Amino acid sequence: MIDDSLFFMMGEYQAEIPVDRSYARNHMWGQLQADGRWRFGLSSYAVRLLQDVYFLDWEMDAPAAVSARQEIGAIESKKAESSLYAPIGGNLLQFNEVLMDDPSAINLDKYGAGWLLEIEGDGASLLSPQQYVSLLEDVWQETQRTIKGQLN
Amino acid sequence: MARLTVVVSQAQGRNPEKRKLEEEIITRLMLTRGIDVLVTPHFYDLNSESTAMLALQQIPGHAVVLSWMFPRAAHWLMDRNGVRGKLGTVLLGNDEDDEQEELEEAKASVEQPARVIDHRPVPDRYLYHIDLRSEKATDPFVEEVLRIQRESAVSVVSLGLGSLGTGEKTSAAKAPAAKGMIGLGASGVVSDVADFSVDVEDERISPEARERFSNPTADTALPLGPINDLLNGQPASEGLADGNGEATVERMTESAAKRRWYPVIDYSRCTNCMECIDFCLFGVYGVDTLDTILVDQPDNCRKGCPACSRVCPENAIMFPQHKTPAIAGSAEDSGGFKIDLSKLFGAPDEGKSAEEIAARERDEQLMLTGRQPLGMSGVKRRSKEATERDELDALMDQLDELDV
Repeated sequence: MIDDSLFFMMGEYQAEIPVDRSYARNHMWGQLQADGRWRFGLSSYAVRLLQDVYFLDWEMDAPAAVSARQEIGAIESKKAESSLYAPIGGNLLQFNEVLMDDPSAINLDKYGAGWLLEIEGDGASLLSPQQYVSLLEDVWQETQRTIKGQLN
Repeated sequence: MARLTVVVSQAQGRNPEKRKLEEEIITRLMLTRGIDVLVTPHFYDLNSESTAMLALQQIPGHAVVLSWMFPRAAHWLMDRNGVRGKLGTVLLGNDEDDEQEELEEAKASVEQPARVIDHRPVPDRYLYHIDLRSEKATDPFVEEVLRIQRESAVSVVSLGLGSLGTGEKTSAAKAPAAKGMIGLGASGVVSDVADFSVDVEDERISPEARERFSNPTADTALPLGPINDLLNGQPASEGLADGNGEATVERMTESAAKRRWYPVIDYSRCTNCMECIDFCLFGVYGVDTLDTILVDQPDNCRKGCPACSRVCPENAIMFPQHKTPAIAGSAEDSGGFKIDLSKLFGAPDEGKSAEEIAARERDEQLMLTGRQPLGMSGVKRRSKEATERDELDALMDQLDELDV
């Protein structure tokens, strides 16, 4: 996957966007599994903003019906925190339990073992890797401004 | 000299930095005479019957409590679990003194409604809550504990003499001592709220206070907690006798507690108005035998939902784990400690008012449990604006336009 990946430059940092999957506007990647469920994790863009994640919490027990953009949990790192939202609507089948005790895989292997959750639902709203990179180009300036605004 | 208990309430999860800070503080305190360290899991997750909570309830005298929460949240959380005392003044992480005091004075000049705390006697000992997030290094915490140790060594004497009926104010507790903290001085010790066994002959107790004890009006059956042996003039518990003896460390961290989510009521703000019990449709709130609001069924609470705290007219309801400082129990609406990326990560546009947000949050929870959403029905609109908009909001508005 490395060979074909797209990249987005966040300042000096090169955010890798693998092309073997789709992306949600909330900076999660989604990959259709063999059994038809979507597996989601955080994109390298999101992980770069968060940096070292040490706390992950879900506000519900799987399985549960979720609507797109519904708040489902929270994530916290050394420098930042955020609520987490459902990337698509559908039936949230499971969370990655391994991360509950030790979320470090989110940093170490964001596109693999660091996956967050699986949803059975319609992935039509997801973006292609190229579309996602375009989105990043659109939002990067605002993202920087937001972060700087909060630091001041 | 009485010994001082220092409680270390560990962080949730396994953040190595947080654990390191905890352990460094413990190690340093072990070298300090006259201190008993009690290490517990994060006590928000503890059941009131758990071994660790029982150990907290057994703390005989003054205590310093180090936790990863705002002091106000930690204080009232412990209060609800029967670990009660007056709020001791902590200097560490408290750099808003001047403004805060001015605010308090301004408030004091306005007619204030009666608060639940006014009718709930507090044991005559101090709990000093320190937020472990207020400093990165170990030293400031250790120094503050030592300062409190010196201070409390002095205050044990003065506490015994009591200041009942003088109307002297304890700034930290925001309540006049004569009103809210009746008669629990040297000999006035309450062992059971349903049966006030107070020495009414004690000349230090004012006639008003005696009258309230004889004919309690709005008292509560919330737990009063253990009574301070030292202040009761009884021999201190075994092992605590040597006030200047070496430090001890007790660890109650065996149980891997499940993460919980429930509200905590600040009774120094609560006016018992019952908005919360009307609003919450999940049966979290109840009233005790004397009709005082309390968090009755905490585990009925819907994880992540802070809606009731938004409808509380006095901002008395806290969710210690919520990411918004005002909801998590910050003293006032101060800035958070961290960058909040929620808007970037897909937070929906929220309603303008706290009530609208609360109604939406409640609807989400109702639907999750297969019930009908209610929208704003039954939600009272508050007159005052929930939050003032600032520059950050303007930045966020720009973000909204981009539909991140």
